[in-house]
Amino acid sequence: MSQMNRLSGGLIDRSQTLRFTFDGLPYQGHPGDTLASALLANGVKLMGRGFKYHRPRGPISAGSEEPNAIVELRGGARREPNTRATVAELYHGLEAASQNRWPSLKLDALAVNDLMSPFFAAGFYYKTFMWPKAFWEKLYEPMIRRAAGLGSLSGEVDPDSYDKGFLHCDILVIGAGPAGLMAALTAGRAGARVILADEDFAMGGRLNAETLALNDQAGADWAKAAVAELASLSNVRLMARTTVLGAYDHGIYSALERVSDHLAVPAEGKPRQILWRIYSQRAILCAGATERPIAFVNNDRPGIMMAGAMRAYANRWAAAVGKRVAVFTNNDDGLRTVADLKAKGVNIAAVIDARKGDVVTDSRGRLGLREITVRQADGRSHKVACDALAVSGGWNPNVQLTCHQRNRPVWNEALHAFVPGDLLPGLSVAGAANGVFSTHGALRSGADAAGQALEGLGIKVAEAPLPRAEDAPVSLTPLWFVPHTSGRAWVDQQNDVTVKDIKLAHQENFTAVEHLKRYTTLGMATDQGKTSNVTGLAVMAELTGKTIPETGTTIYRPPYSPVPIGAYAGRSAGADFRPKRLTPSHKWASEQGAVFVEVGMWLRAQWFPKAGESHWRQSVDREVLATRASVGICDVTTLGKVDVQGADAAEFLNRIYANPFAKLAVGRVRYGLMLREDGMVMDDGTAARLAEDHFVVTTTTANALGVYRHMEFCRQCLWPELDVQIISTTEAWAQFSVAGPNARKLLEQVVDQDISNEAFPYMACAPITVCGGLRARLFRISFSGELAYEIAVPTRYGDALIRRMAALADGMGGCVYGTEALGVMRIEKGHVAGNELNGTTTALNLGMAGMVSKKKDTIGAVLAEREGLVRPDALVVMGFKPVDPKQPLAAGSHFIGRNDTANAANDQGYMTSVAYSPHVGSSIALGFLKNGANRKGEVLRAVNPVQNSEVLVEVVSAHFVDPEGERLRG
Amino acid sequence: MAEHSLTPLPALGGTTPAVVAIGSVTIRENPDLAMASVTTRAGGEKDLLKAAKKLTGLTLPGPGGMAVAGDWAAFWTGPGQWMVTAPFGSHEDIATIVKSAVGAAASVTEQTDGWVRFELEGRDCAAMFERLCNVDVHAMTAGQATRTQIEHLGSFLLCHAARVQFSVLTLRSAAKSMLHALETAAHSL
Repeated sequence: MSQMNRLSGGLIDRSQTLRFTFDGLPYQGHPGDTLASALLANGVKLMGRGFKYHRPRGPISAGSEEPNAIVELRGGARREPNTRATVAELYHGLEAASQNRWPSLKLDALAVNDLMSPFFAAGFYYKTFMWPKAFWEKLYEPMIRRAAGLGSLSGEVDPDSYDKGFLHCDILVIGAGPAGLMAALTAGRAGARVILADEDFAMGGRLNAETLALNDQAGADWAKAAVAELASLSNVRLMARTTVLGAYDHGIYSALERVSDHLAVPAEGKPRQILWRIYSQRAILCAGATERPIAFVNNDRPGIMMAGAMRAYANRWAAAVGKRVAVFTNNDDGLRTVADLKAKGVNIAAVIDARKGDVVTDSRGRLGLREITVRQADGRSHKVACDALAVSGGWNPNVQLTCHQRNRPVWNEALHAFVPGDLLPGLSVAGAANGVFSTHGALRSGADAAGQALEGLGIKVAEAPLPRAEDAPVSLTPLWFVPHTSGRAWVDQQNDVTVKDIKLAHQENFTAVEHLKRYTTLGMATDQGKTSNVTGLAVMAELTGKTIPETGTTIYRPPYSPVPIGAYAGRSAGADFRPKRLTPSHKWASEQGAVFVEVGMWLRAQWFPKAGESHWRQSVDREVLATRASVGICDVTTLGKVDVQGADAAEFLNRIYANPFAKLAVGRVRYGLMLREDGMVMDDGTAARLAEDHFVVTTTTANALGVYRHMEFCRQCLWPELDVQIISTTEAWAQFSVAGPNARKLLEQVVDQDISNEAFPYMACAPITVCGGLRARLFRISFSGELAYEIAVPTRYGDALIRRMAALADGMGGCVYGTEALGVMRIEKGHVAGNELNGTTTALNLGMAGMVSKKKDTIGAVLAEREGLVRPDALVVMGFKPVDPKQPLAAGSHFIGRNDTANAANDQGYMTSVAYSPHVGSSIALGFLKNGANRKGEVLRAVNPVQNSEVLVEVVSAHFVDPEGERLRG
Repeated sequence: MAEHSLTPLPALGGTTPAVVAIGSVTIRENPDLAMASVTTRAGGEKDLLKAAKKLTGLTLPGPGGMAVAGDWAAFWTGPGQWMVTAPFGSHEDIATIVKSAVGAAASVTEQTDGWVRFELEGRDCAAMFERLCNVDVHAMTAGQATRTQIEHLGSFLLCHAARVQFSVLTLRSAAKSMLHALETAAHSL
């Protein structure tokens, strides 16, 4: 029969019927239902299996604290494991499945674990899987991983998207129960910018779950009216389905908004969820409280539930958990369940009030509760037939967010609960979260907290009367677990931790609360121990004879409830993981079929395949040979460019570069080396002096940002007295290298001025015009060993210029080349690059010790002289080629003497850059070799244990091409 | 400017600047403004303010500010540092124009093509920027400018009319990625 346990009333829309499935079976529910409430209404209590013992489990709560009713939602790529049925909003067509069971939920083969439970006590893994050591990785861990865990991933790419976002407010109210609504009303009416966030899809908190009246209205109706008023205020933002996850510095909170989780598929373009960062001036935590269980033997059967949850199912969702219900409580609040269920016509089988000395000692029923055993104050026991048991051990304030920065909650003796201790600046707590449990108290404290927050912000607050509401005191006698029983009493149902496990931890001296947690796994996993933490440490306190505050609590950390990884990634997923930077010649290069490579965020052309070339080496060799024979053009826009101006610009550069810059003439470029404070090389590049007070500094592509940051630091912090202004112009200019014997001939057809060797010699620079008057810059610098220039035009003209120059090059037998050919040519010329500037090398290692000026003080000059860095056998960059030209070399190989064992003690250095040189006709390499400068001609083994290769190499000059540098000066 | 023979290409690579309308939001690539950075040299502040006023008719604004006067606009980018803009057609060589006006009082650097500029209009602009950057966009009023980060990209956000009209400037090379981020956010609302 459909919805056999549906009661009358409730906040569900019976005018619509929603069809859904659970484990393939069809059911019906209504808008306003959660998956759990709809299943309960359909008479389904069994919703999951325990983690370790695979015992049948049903929901024990009606909220986000749920440890048991953990299911997989949706199918295919949208399958989401480990979601709580108690907060999953029902929608038409929802597919849900139980998890951690095989072959079915009712008949789970791994329930055999329950029979073997004596072997699976706390510390089981640590004790059992110790030996032999080698078994851990190959056998034990895979085995445990298969057996443990809850749901399973689809293994497919998540088809949905997630947003991140940022919100700002005067007052953030966390939780929309009576305290939160009253706080939001008070702040909203006063005109403050308010955000009211609640994890539920219906605001109102316990007002929706109780039958208590406000003024003469039902609590739920008052909540509805309050929400309507708040919605009418333009300064208030209502965020339902939004869990505030964490509290951070400076009033910042994180929150997850479930935008589309209540839909089968998100609307086109809309995110499934949004991870918000909320900047607040003040925050008021009105997160309510979580009811805690009383542990007794076999207290985990489906049908055994928190009393408040059972009341919520009856009142809000019109769903009865059972037909004959017993209630076990140690406080007055539990008795409300008796009254409310009676009012709904549910039979009450028994009321067991622990304050009178009565307790529940056991239960029976394989897939659902059938019977409980009650021990009376006089010691006599009797059995009660019932299909549901409501349990209340009192309420724990939800203090989590107050503790996210290591503040500790404090124990309140009167309430027998932890309440918030020290608070973060700007944060206050109201209502049940602060241990104020009555409805009146919640309303009052919400209004007061908002009033104080407004006052702190200098906003005038108008006093408004509070609605009349109950103000019952807390009447509770603590009872954490039922003593003098044998059998397993569950404390943490999600991790299958029992009172016995805690006793064992105590016996084995894991008594500190953090040890207890790790040893037993109490309080871990998706529910983070919301229903178990306090009970667990109360049990430990009894065992150690300490008080609960002496026993202490574990640290609460964000997030408050689980967050899909997708939400943390936001839009930074797949192809959009990072933005892409495109060079000015990108469009043209794409048209040429260029193969691109990621260089940081840049996409650079790696090579330009031509018809008939089937292997990348063919393209690269052609580009290198054409450049060296005629002319080659390369987009070098990605290199960092920093505009340096000011009266002290020259002095500034003189200090940041290791080599002298003060006397560089206007119209000249100089190669420069920057050191870090520790003497290691930071970056190399050039500085061109365009005017007395104006330089353009270039950096490597990789270090563009780091060098700019370093320069800003130097300018702002080290030498604020210098008159120097810097700004990046990397993107403002499209810059191309034009290299090769025909470089000048090509550029003469582009540049409007005389660029003969006399007018524009090696290392000259000048502002020029091109193509009939466009402002441009020309630098005569070379990293390939060829006659070479770099020409720059405003970026929007870069596309036109590359087209013009490519056509010219084509007519000369030249080409446009990519980063591979660039790499080959710089290795052929012995120019160091990123592989050599690896953060562990000094100028001396790079063969540039002479560049570090002794005549001035520059960053890094002193520490570069450290004894260990200047030893006679220090590594020096050298060239290497295979003795047998047919053998390829491998970067990363280490140099070992011909007759030495290949080990670290005999290490002579390592190979950093390797290329096939069409010029030399073999693999060539750069590398660091001990005392390298004096070892030319020596033959060594280049050993690469990772690739299991070994090649005999000869030590040669690093300059494979034109060692005298005649070409580039010609 | 002299007549030269090179054809400019908009940052997004189209034959004309891109225009996209999504919901209430219109996103338009704007290549029609020239831009230069102006940074005070030591002791040059007064002279700079005077010279800038004379050239542009506007007072260089304070932190977080943007000023507009006729063809010219300026927004604050750091202590003693501004970006000034003017129509590209008439002021392509903006750095030379500004430098000749301010002389030794300030350092001037051409920034026109260092950036791509998007103009955004529509009633959902503020909601859209909530998904993009940590600026309190709802509180921004006309004439405010700030530096922020949008999808990993350092950007400037200028407000021309509260909630409904903004400019975003970011590195030109990432124009496509930025447009994608803006479009995605607009679709998301």
